[in-house]
Amino acid sequence: MTLALDETRPRRPVLSRLAAIPATVGFGFLWLGFMAVCALFADLIRPYDITQMDLMARLAPPGSPGHWLGTDELGRDVLSRLIQSIRVSLVIAFGATILSALFGTTLGFLAAQFRGWVEHLVVMLADFQAALPFLIMSLAVLAFFGSSMWLLVCLMGFYGWERYARIARGLAISAGAQGYAAAVVQLGATPSRVYLRHILPNVASTLIVSMTLTFPEIILMESGLSFLGLGVQPPESSLGNMVGFGREYLTTAPWVMLAPAVVIMLTTLSISLVGDWLRDRLDPTIR
Amino acid sequence: MIRFLSIRLLRAVVTVLAVMTFAFVVLRMSGDPAQVLLGPDVPQNVIDDFRAAWGLDRPLAQQYLSYLGQIVSGDFGISMRDRSPAFELVMERLPATLQLTVPALLLQLCIGIPAGIYAALHRDSLIDRGVILLAVAGFTIPSFVLGLVLVLIFAVTFSMLPSGGFGSVWHGILPTITISIGGIGILARFSRSAMIEVMGQPYIRTASAKGVSWRHVISRHALPNAAVPIVTIVGFMVGSLVAGAVVTETIFSWPGIGRLLIVSVSNRDLAVVQCILLMIAAVMVVSNLIVDLLYGWLDPRLRTQPAH
Repeated sequence: MTLALDETRPRRPVLSRLAAIPATVGFGFLWLGFMAVCALFADLIRPYDITQMDLMARLAPPGSPGHWLGTDELGRDVLSRLIQSIRVSLVIAFGATILSALFGTTLGFLAAQFRGWVEHLVVMLADFQAALPFLIMSLAVLAFFGSSMWLLVCLMGFYGWERYARIARGLAISAGAQGYAAAVVQLGATPSRVYLRHILPNVASTLIVSMTLTFPEIILMESGLSFLGLGVQPPESSLGNMVGFGREYLTTAPWVMLAPAVVIMLTTLSISLVGDWLRDRLDPTIR
Repeated sequence: MIRFLSIRLLRAVVTVLAVMTFAFVVLRMSGDPAQVLLGPDVPQNVIDDFRAAWGLDRPLAQQYLSYLGQIVSGDFGISMRDRSPAFELVMERLPATLQLTVPALLLQLCIGIPAGIYAALHRDSLIDRGVILLAVAGFTIPSFVLGLVLVLIFAVTFSMLPSGGFGSVWHGILPTITISIGGIGILARFSRSAMIEVMGQPYIRTASAKGVSWRHVISRHALPNAAVPIVTIVGFMVGSLVAGAVVTETIFSWPGIGRLLIVSVSNRDLAVVQCILLMIAAVMVVSNLIVDLLYGWLDPRLRTQPAH
């Protein structure tokens, strides 16, 4: 994305371009890169298996030999579990963000194409979503259907779709009025070609910016559900359920809960900072 | 305006009906409450009797129709666990939840909006940057982490406040802070950007240019225009308060509706869960209706315009 942006601006030396990034945003990028590495290479950098117990060293404090971040109540290495949890939480959030963007954008384009009752239906679905806090709805669905990784990703994929639908619909309608879409329709392009090849590239930057808004919210939602015991189930581990189980040892071994808590905060904070920065540069609607 | 409101009202009713149907279908489709409530080693005839007694053996459509009939006559069903009316159970817990959410909403409004507006009027100052950073930190910290950290600091380390439970004003302090922080951050950020956008409009420049005092420009020209988007976001925040109450009540063992929801959901107590979902949907829909009414009051253009 930045490449495309740079072509329209006079070229500046790399160093001064880097210096233009605020320190907080730079930190955000660094932390997110670090998280991505953790998630991708979790199997390689994890010192122990996540279920491996060291019963001689239960609730060992951080800095103990062999356990940098200490151990939990069963003597399982907190660092190893943390790395695995980062992978699980990020995979869920990533999958769900993509699903939600796909679903919302499709509905938005459908509403823009057909108008009439299709549009009313989409508005009604959005009303429904707004009438029941998402956490409450997922709570009911997960508790009654039982939690599996797939169900969790699909459910989270419904989070925030209405935002994409609204944006996609609005932008598609205004694109139709701008002439370039009408021109390709005149040339005989099918609606799917018009939407996918001509309108989508023009609205992509706005959609990507809203993905940076949805992503941290989904992380928070998943960790909240896992904290309540309804998200990711043991023996698998996510950032939220680590905090949930660590809560029992808040007074005796706060590090079990604090380590994943800090990771959640820094990750959501980084995405928000980077997302804000991206929005200022990419979003044509606020220029 | 009348037309606008009647369409909104109709949509509100349809929405509540949709939530009701959703809750009903999901809760019935997902397994047998008889098995969970009675346990695994119960003979089949007991299970059959239980299902017949609660009407679970009838076809889904028939169950749904009789459920609708009950709701219309004000009967929200009976808790399978307590054998008492679900509505009474929920009402018993309501005051506790209101004790948390009402002060939390007031805190959000009284801190978030002024902080955002002040930051917007002093754009790019040190205070502005501080407000933005605090606001982002406020809404990125998960409420369950914030709650536990507050307990760790104020209850465990300094023993200043109770770590959970219900009773005195002191018990309410940590949970109220936990629920409100996220919303304060969102409101501050949102008010700031709404205000900045309004301050860039030509009518503000015109007002300043024709010699209106700065104070007057802010209070009569800028604030009323910034109020419309701010009111919208407040309407949505009522929902996040309810969701926040579920998590916060769990952390602080606060005997409110959120706690009741978690317990009833794990017990598969259908009537209670349905009653709570319906109530939450009604609260959300009503708060959005109030927002729509406020629009009409804030923005005279909306009073005459047809609904879209």
